[in-house]
Amino acid sequence: MEELDGEPTVTLIPGVNSKKHQMCFDWGPGEMLVCETSFNKKEKSEVVPSCPFIYIIRKDVDVYSQVLRKLFNESHGIFVGLQRIEEELTGKSRKSQLVRVSKNYRSVIRACMEEMHQVAIAAKDPASGRQFSSQVSILSAMELIWNLCEILFIEVAPAGPLLLHLLDWVRLHVCEVDSLSADVLGSENPSKHESFWNLVTILVLQGRLDEARQMLSKEADTSPTSAGMCRIMGELMRTMPILSPGNTQTLTELELKWQHWHEECERYLQDCTFASNPHLESLCKIMLGDEAALLEQKELLSNWYHFLVTRLLYSNPTVKPIDLQYYAQSSLDLFLGGESSPEPLDNILMAAFEFDIHQVIKECSIALSNWWFVAHLTDLLDHCKLLQSHNLYFGSNMRECLLLEYASGLFAHPSLWQLGVDYFDYCPELGRVSLELHIERIPLNTEQKALKVLRICEQRQMTEQVRSICKILAMKAVRNNRLGSALSWSIRAKDAAFATLVSDRFLRDYCERGCFSDLDLIDNLGPAMMLSDRLTFLGKYREFHRVYGEKRFADAASLLLSLMTSQIAPRSFWMTLLTDALPLLEQKQVIFSAEQTYELMQCLEDLTSGRPVHGGPDTQQCQDDDIETTKVEMLRLALARNLARAIVREGSLEGF
Amino acid sequence: MEEIYAKFVSQKISKTRWRPLPPGSLQTAETFATGSWDNEENYVSLWSIGDFENLDSDGGFEGDHQLLCDIRHHGDIMDLQFFDQERIVTASSTGCVTVFLHHPNNQTLSVNQQWTTAHYHTGPSSPSYSSAPCTGIVCNNPEIVTVGEDGRINLFRADHKEAVRTIDNADSSTLHAVTFLRTPEILTVNSIGQLKIWDFRQQGNEPSQILSLTGDRVPLHCVDRHPNQQHVVATGGQDGMLSIWDVRQGTMPVSLLKAHEAENRVSLLSMLECNGTISAHHSLSFPGSSSSPASASPMWEVHFHPSNPDHLFTCSEDGSLWHWDASTDVPEKSLLFHQGGRTSTFLSHSISNQANVHQSVISSWLSTDPAKDRIEITSLLPSRTLSVNSLDVLGPCLVCGTDAEAIYVTRHLFS
Repeated sequence: MEELDGEPTVTLIPGVNSKKHQMCFDWGPGEMLVCETSFNKKEKSEVVPSCPFIYIIRKDVDVYSQVLRKLFNESHGIFVGLQRIEEELTGKSRKSQLVRVSKNYRSVIRACMEEMHQVAIAAKDPASGRQFSSQVSILSAMELIWNLCEILFIEVAPAGPLLLHLLDWVRLHVCEVDSLSADVLGSENPSKHESFWNLVTILVLQGRLDEARQMLSKEADTSPTSAGMCRIMGELMRTMPILSPGNTQTLTELELKWQHWHEECERYLQDCTFASNPHLESLCKIMLGDEAALLEQKELLSNWYHFLVTRLLYSNPTVKPIDLQYYAQSSLDLFLGGESSPEPLDNILMAAFEFDIHQVIKECSIALSNWWFVAHLTDLLDHCKLLQSHNLYFGSNMRECLLLEYASGLFAHPSLWQLGVDYFDYCPELGRVSLELHIERIPLNTEQKALKVLRICEQRQMTEQVRSICKILAMKAVRNNRLGSALSWSIRAKDAAFATLVSDRFLRDYCERGCFSDLDLIDNLGPAMMLSDRLTFLGKYREFHRVYGEKRFADAASLLLSLMTSQIAPRSFWMTLLTDALPLLEQKQVIFSAEQTYELMQCLEDLTSGRPVHGGPDTQQCQDDDIETTKVEMLRLALARNLARAIVREGSLEGF
Repeated sequence: MEEIYAKFVSQKISKTRWRPLPPGSLQTAETFATGSWDNEENYVSLWSIGDFENLDSDGGFEGDHQLLCDIRHHGDIMDLQFFDQERIVTASSTGCVTVFLHHPNNQTLSVNQQWTTAHYHTGPSSPSYSSAPCTGIVCNNPEIVTVGEDGRINLFRADHKEAVRTIDNADSSTLHAVTFLRTPEILTVNSIGQLKIWDFRQQGNEPSQILSLTGDRVPLHCVDRHPNQQHVVATGGQDGMLSIWDVRQGTMPVSLLKAHEAENRVSLLSMLECNGTISAHHSLSFPGSSSSPASASPMWEVHFHPSNPDHLFTCSEDGSLWHWDASTDVPEKSLLFHQGGRTSTFLSHSISNQANVHQSVISSWLSTDPAKDRIEITSLLPSRTLSVNSLDVLGPCLVCGTDAEAIYVTRHLFS
């Protein structure tokens, strides 16, 4: 047993008083049942009426969110696509594919986040509004983490491009600047807007120097006194060397140029060029990567990872991935300044900067309320071949373990279970057994749903489950008096015993009513008839009736006889068959040959001699026996007469 | 080919239907209804794909379809049909048949009429009733015909409280779908591969005709009648096979077309990727020669295009949506489809041992002339995941709904 990573959270169930009453519980897949017991330790005499409810406690409540359902469904498609592209790709194209997949996942998160935001705004009561808003921030954090993981683990950006990616990352997630920018530019006199310098500062902090320069030119236009300074600052911004994606210059070249530019900035600061304008001076300090100046803008930076990226931009733009963690740690420490302790999100990002994937996933598993995020991220990272070595102490690897957890959560949902199937499919070790256990527990309220479940089982050659589902449906059909349906299902399940049972019901109904039901099925059994002897008999017996109805008496007669002599017909049915032979024996022309008649007689004798001699006083029994005896007498008579006619006929034919 | 717009709607969609256009209208379809299934709460919803003129003036075009209104529905929606412009009839897994009325003024739906126990089972001994899912409906104002798992056929008339006609034990197996052949004849398909024609003028509970594929009893899930040639009928089965029947001729389908079958598609798609050109591809295959049923996927719906019946559309459990084009000018078209970036394939077209049918107008679907015997199939959805349960076509518009909780709409089917 591993040690716990944190205190388990206590969930209070409203309406249950665990102090007064003993509780009992039972685990289910993804759910738990809790109820009060009437067991009482102390006051035996006093029976307090306890809570009459059984509570269903759901672990994975996010599954029930209408908005998140879209995330689950849309990402399912991406997941399946990712498993399929797997094999064929190698090298660069593989990496670009994986990055594309990662971006697809993120765009789904973002779409979901936007929708959740709309829902939060439209929420009628403040409580649910708050709940949706907190979901928005969770989704936003998820996207933030995913994006960073994409840069560090999937893109594996080298020194140089790494910082560009990190800048994009920060720009994407600290996006208040866009509305602020619109606000300032929309005003009559932008440079006199109260947030003008804030805007310029944010633009510089985010490295959006072109936009900052345009802003400064507005300031230069309106205040001639600072126009000169603004021009110099603008020039500095313009000349800052940056790595552009299409550029072929080497890192060393860039570093050299950057060093020159840095020294030039330094000179302007030493010269007190900007001394008369504190805003510009502070901008200059920021561009020199001055930590104190940066920390003064805490409000505008809003978080430590923004601080980190800005700091790197202006002090070490060609930072190597391996050095990130030192900058990250010191940035976090500097930014928090001992005033507050890091939150879960900070720890997760820090773990990512430390390239500790397992720590990232572990922290996320603890902090997030659903398995969607860790399952999909882990799967993607596994496809990047980053998790090969790690095996858990309980059999399967981490990817599989998280996917199983997520898929089980989907199966606990009354409607999302279909998504879970594909996740189980891609868990090589325990996926199949998990699916087998879960699929049998899907309630089957319509045949259409049953067909969908059946197809899932049939595609995976899960014969045991196929049989069980067909059996359930056959049983249901019998209970509903739908014998035709029941027979179809048992044929599909190749369930001979059940087919026999249903066939018996058909035969019993025939004996009671004197006619067959469900002829459309029985007449079209085809080879399925061979499933069980009783079914064969049912089919053949019906065939006898049809042939008889078509007045093909000779065929009917031999079919009837073969049913008895081949032992297909159950003994209990022989009397009915022999009675069916009566009208054939009574026909004007001879139908049963002498030999056939002997066989019929043999059958009748077998049947009557096997009967136990009884002497009960039961009048009903006697009456039945009387009818039976009369029947046997009639049969004997008819058989004897037919034999006589047949012998005469055969004898005379032979004479010819 | 314009994009197909997808929208995730947080419920598994079992049925999608366009609202019919008023007779003589020149508009294109813009409202459709959907039904959900297998959710804790199921809904009948009405959607709009937006107003053309407004969007054109903007220059931009929002592809999304917007929810107009919805109403809770008890049980899964097994089938859904427009009765007229305002009324929608639904079949429920609880055996209930409901008529919903749409109020366009305040965009609401309300229950207009309900037959709560249209379909039910009777226990073997006790007189206890248990509900049976209603699986299919067809409307022809003022008549509504319903079929169910109980093998029962009901004929309802709007504004009549009781069924006008009920055929108990019409079928020993489950009835999956129903359509009008010519009034007052209907056509049903069942779970043992039979097509039955019923004539409401006849008393008793016997069909006037039974058609079936020999032997294999593969369930049929859907049926549609050719809009102009009432004797031509298409059905789709559990094995993903599309069958075309001439109900006047014999008891066997005229042609069988292998569809929605995993291996088949893979091989044909790869063929396409290799040479990029398409050549007509004929081979004979008979029922039974198809590969194991496990690899095939049930075809859930088949629809002839109502005004352009040389085109046919099918959807399947494997998540595919196919456009079958049997019009004769295929060669020119195939190029066009290619530019659209869609995947186009030819599939084997097999013909049963039927003699050539002599008729004045030979439907392209019944044609047995090899020269004309060409059908181009186009897959309309970009990637396959979960089942496409339903589709509907009207004019240039197509809508379909999936188990992946997405609704897809395109408004430019033939462009």
